[in-house]
Amino acid sequence: MTPQLAVFFVLAALAVAGAISLILQKHPIHSALSLIVVMVALAGLYLLLGAEFVAAVQIIVYGGAIMVLFVFVIMLLNAGVEEHTSISKMAGGPGLLLVVALGGFIAATIARSSESVQAAEQTGTLSSTRGISSMIFKDFVYPFELTSFLILVAILGATVLAQREKS
Amino acid sequence: MTSFLSANAELIITIVKIALLLFIVLTANAYLTWFERKVVAHIQSRWGPHRVGPHGLLQPLADGAKFLFKEDPTPAGVDKFVYHLAPLLALTLALTAIAIIPFGPNPIRLFGHDIYLGIASPDLNIGILALFAITALGVYGVALAGWSSNSKYPLMGGLRSSAQMISYELALTMSVVGVLLMAGTFNLRDIIKAQAGPGIFGWPGIFGWNIWPQLLGFFCFFVAAIAETNRAPFDLPEAEQELVAGFNTEYASFKFAMFFIAEYTSMITVSCLCSIMFFGGWLSPFPDTWTFTHYLPSAILIAFGLWVIWDGIRYETILGRIMLPGLGTAIAGLGAVFVLFPGVNEFIQGPFWLLSKIFIFLFVYVWMRGTLPRFRYDQLMAFGWKLLLPASIVNVITTSFVILKWGAK
Repeated sequence: MTPQLAVFFVLAALAVAGAISLILQKHPIHSALSLIVVMVALAGLYLLLGAEFVAAVQIIVYGGAIMVLFVFVIMLLNAGVEEHTSISKMAGGPGLLLVVALGGFIAATIARSSESVQAAEQTGTLSSTRGISSMIFKDFVYPFELTSFLILVAILGATVLAQREKS
Repeated sequence: MTSFLSANAELIITIVKIALLLFIVLTANAYLTWFERKVVAHIQSRWGPHRVGPHGLLQPLADGAKFLFKEDPTPAGVDKFVYHLAPLLALTLALTAIAIIPFGPNPIRLFGHDIYLGIASPDLNIGILALFAITALGVYGVALAGWSSNSKYPLMGGLRSSAQMISYELALTMSVVGVLLMAGTFNLRDIIKAQAGPGIFGWPGIFGWNIWPQLLGFFCFFVAAIAETNRAPFDLPEAEQELVAGFNTEYASFKFAMFFIAEYTSMITVSCLCSIMFFGGWLSPFPDTWTFTHYLPSAILIAFGLWVIWDGIRYETILGRIMLPGLGTAIAGLGAVFVLFPGVNEFIQGPFWLLSKIFIFLFVYVWMRGTLPRFRYDQLMAFGWKLLLPASIVNVITTSFVILKWGAK
């Protein structure tokens, strides 16, 4: 087993364990912490693929900014231990079916294209910062700007909704 | 045995480097507390620590022993796992950040291996991004400590800290974009290299540094960085007049020391970053042709050593009369070694300038703490969002336009 593969298995196990823990934890803060573990483990996987920029941004944006907001809101609302309800009928029947379908779909995709999955070394455009920026600002500039505009509208909407009534 | 050593040389070198840097950083931390207490004391017309050892020089050792031997109670009703995790997280992340800093331009040739100063590989392409990633996680130490203590004041401190860090992280990241645009890389070594050579008006040395074209960027970066490290005048998370001791109220003994060390290590990291990003890192402020300035480190060390000896022989206590002249002889001797061995002198030029700049920034940190009153909470938020963030965005846009029109240099 090469060192890369060993690191991959450790990170993958960490990510899966974090995801399971996220669901099973009773306290919201513990769930948020588990989610941070997942984010950081994913960043490690990106690093392993040679996508350094994506890995760093994954931690800065998801691990840092977004999860800090999650933790902040949980702390601010002082959310306590969640009550666990028994599995709802919706989740029991169709949920299980969906899990099986999704698992089958992923397995089928991997089985069909085993070669491209194994080609882990990313040396193409996605690995370098220059490649990513030229993709965003040249090839996909309109979808990117449109998404930015959408986010801006959402921010303005949230500000308007949260604003106090002028008396 | 030899085959094992040669097969894992990189690994062994890295482990030795980590141990060495850890020792240096922790010692520097300990004496930074001494330095801070002395400087703040003199600002306020006091003496500061002066009982333990000559000039209080052994005070950090006494403090360390005290931290180790104090009782470490766990308050009732805390979230045990998170309560113990928080100081560990704070310290680990603070120490990891410093591993990315390069401390010198040239490698040492030892046992057939080029050993660079600094732990991270010299061609780490995401240097500054990796640092921001680590500092972005750093907030959890403080926020979780505040939350898990199950107490009002720490919770307030934790909340303030998260809000403050979210607000200032944006300005922090935006303020270095100007530097990155000018250097065209994230690699810290290449950012320093880009500052060598002719700068404004084609003048050499100090005029090539990023501080001249990026004055606004530096202002935003330094202010945001002080806020990120929770230091005065932005130390609201531990505002003692309002919150007892803020997020670390319920921590005692070594767990408290871990937060303390984390804070001081972050100070050192920020000082390193300021020097590297805006003040030319290990570049000398003098032109390359002034070779006589290469004797400056020796001159400073010998002068300082002689002064310590002179001060020591007149000291009141016997311990001081032994310790201070010994220390002075060691310092002056180090300076003499640099003069006598030209190869060594050439090698220490880079680290000397970097360490001098770091020291100046650490002094500025302490100076600000001794001078400025703390911000009020609403002032803090308004300052971050309404002044710092727009200013750093203006800086990014201006720099981009200038580079687009006239090129990077």
